Amino acid sequence: MTPALKELARRPSRWLDASGPHSEVVLSTRVRLARNVLGAPFTHRAREEQLHQVLHSVVSAARRTGSLRDSVLLRMGDLAGLDRQFLVERHLVSHDLVEGSSTRGLLLGPDETASIMINEEDHLRLQVIHSGFQLAESWRSANHLDDELDGLLDYAFSEELGYLTACPTNAGTGLRCSVLIHLPALVLTKQITKVLQGVTQVGLAVRGFYGEGSEVMGNFFQVSNQTTLGHREKETAENLERVTRQLIEYEEKAREVLLRDARLQIEDKIYRALGTLAYCRSIGSQETLNLSSAVRFGVALELPGLPPLPVLNEILVFSQPAHLQRMLGREIGPTERNVARAEYVRGRLNSNETRADRA
Amino acid sequence: MQPCQICGKNPASVHFTEIVNGKMSELHLCDTCAHDKGIQPSLGKGKFWISDLIAGMVDETVGAESERVGRVQCSGCGLLYSTFRETGRLGCPECYTSFGAQLRPVLRRIHGATRHIGKAPLRDQGRLQQRMEMASLHDELERAVEREDFEKAAELRDRIRTLETTAAPGKGHEG
Repeated sequence: MTPALKELARRPSRWLDASGPHSEVVLSTRVRLARNVLGAPFTHRAREEQLHQVLHSVVSAARRTGSLRDSVLLRMGDLAGLDRQFLVERHLVSHDLVEGSSTRGLLLGPDETASIMINEEDHLRLQVIHSGFQLAESWRSANHLDDELDGLLDYAFSEELGYLTACPTNAGTGLRCSVLIHLPALVLTKQITKVLQGVTQVGLAVRGFYGEGSEVMGNFFQVSNQTTLGHREKETAENLERVTRQLIEYEEKAREVLLRDARLQIEDKIYRALGTLAYCRSIGSQETLNLSSAVRFGVALELPGLPPLPVLNEILVFSQPAHLQRMLGREIGPTERNVARAEYVRGRLNSNETRADRA
Repeated sequence: MQPCQICGKNPASVHFTEIVNGKMSELHLCDTCAHDKGIQPSLGKGKFWISDLIAGMVDETVGAESERVGRVQCSGCGLLYSTFRETGRLGCPECYTSFGAQLRPVLRRIHGATRHIGKAPLRDQGRLQQRMEMASLHDELERAVEREDFEKAAELRDRIRTLETTAAPGKGHEG
């Protein structure tokens, strides 16, 4: 394991600290910009030496920016399978990128807020992740990094079609804004399908916890813009911001209804979930996700005696297979992982610090 | 477990439901036969291929016309339009020009628009501004000639020449 990854494995990502606005509903906000540099075909059609050249120019340009001056480069070809999986679990790279060789990499800023995936589907995927609901802030940071790089790299751009990308679904602004939102009350009151159908009608897409192509788990939904051509970046961010505010409002209303009509059942569900997490001896990742989702719901309802949000956020990320194995320093099978997961979750929930917060 | 409806041997793992005019039909296939038939696993199970969606959006033309369009080739990277149709991915920035006529309806279907109105790289902002300035200087020059103000016209002509030399192609800032 590289020193950079060791350091990553030791501390939680900045966006998990629940410091952002509406952190009890919106776990994180992410803004991504797709860019390609002139002089090489798009990644999947480029030769290895062209990809090397792209990697080299992106890294040297990024190191001259304020945002990524102190970044570390992680080349996929240099990483073991477990380390690659670790980066996927950390939400820093896509499944596609980790399958790549040493011409593909992740350039990671100091606190994991800003990073660039190099030679993924596009030569550059600039990403900014913030805690909670911070669309305007995330867009500002991504835009700033993009402007800094713009002076140093020659982007593929056409006046008519904007930034040119490997897939026409990203052409134009190349911008994908997304929020990871927790909507347990809308799921419990069975309004979720109707609400999400409404969301997709205003040009937004809804996906599961792991993004494109995955199932929705633990009542987490990723809502993002679908189109990138014909809208200004600010409009795209504002549209998602408006809809997210509405979703938060609907979720809050559904909570009120639940507390009014079924308070006892809800509280019972939440505290039983906490009980299982705090005392289990073997637990799967799906169950961990679902139970911590219930406890998180309790925190949003301001019920007493529950662990703080940053701890719940950490559990979401650190209880995943590669994270567990990294913490242990060795590879283990699924059964052993369930035991290790239970031990980690118990330890995290019963630590003095967490208990003090809960008191 | 339900057997595959094509080979009858392997267990069915891809379940396809289609509703046309209120009539529902179902197809249960194994991975191999589904792959042979060009059917990808559905959303939620395995990976969802956005390129399939695009490939679906692309296929408008039929028969001989479809074949002709498929043979159109990018002058930059040599990608055939038929390959883009299969993969949903373009090969290089030049593909957008080479396949311009075919891509426009595709972009309209994906985005509901075919014109970018967002930010531009600094070099293009400069060019855009220069183009606008040039257009207004040409207008002014025409008007000066019309009213026979040759002194003004000469001054404008010099400014246009200066602009033309500074607006030489290429980027303004090397990295």
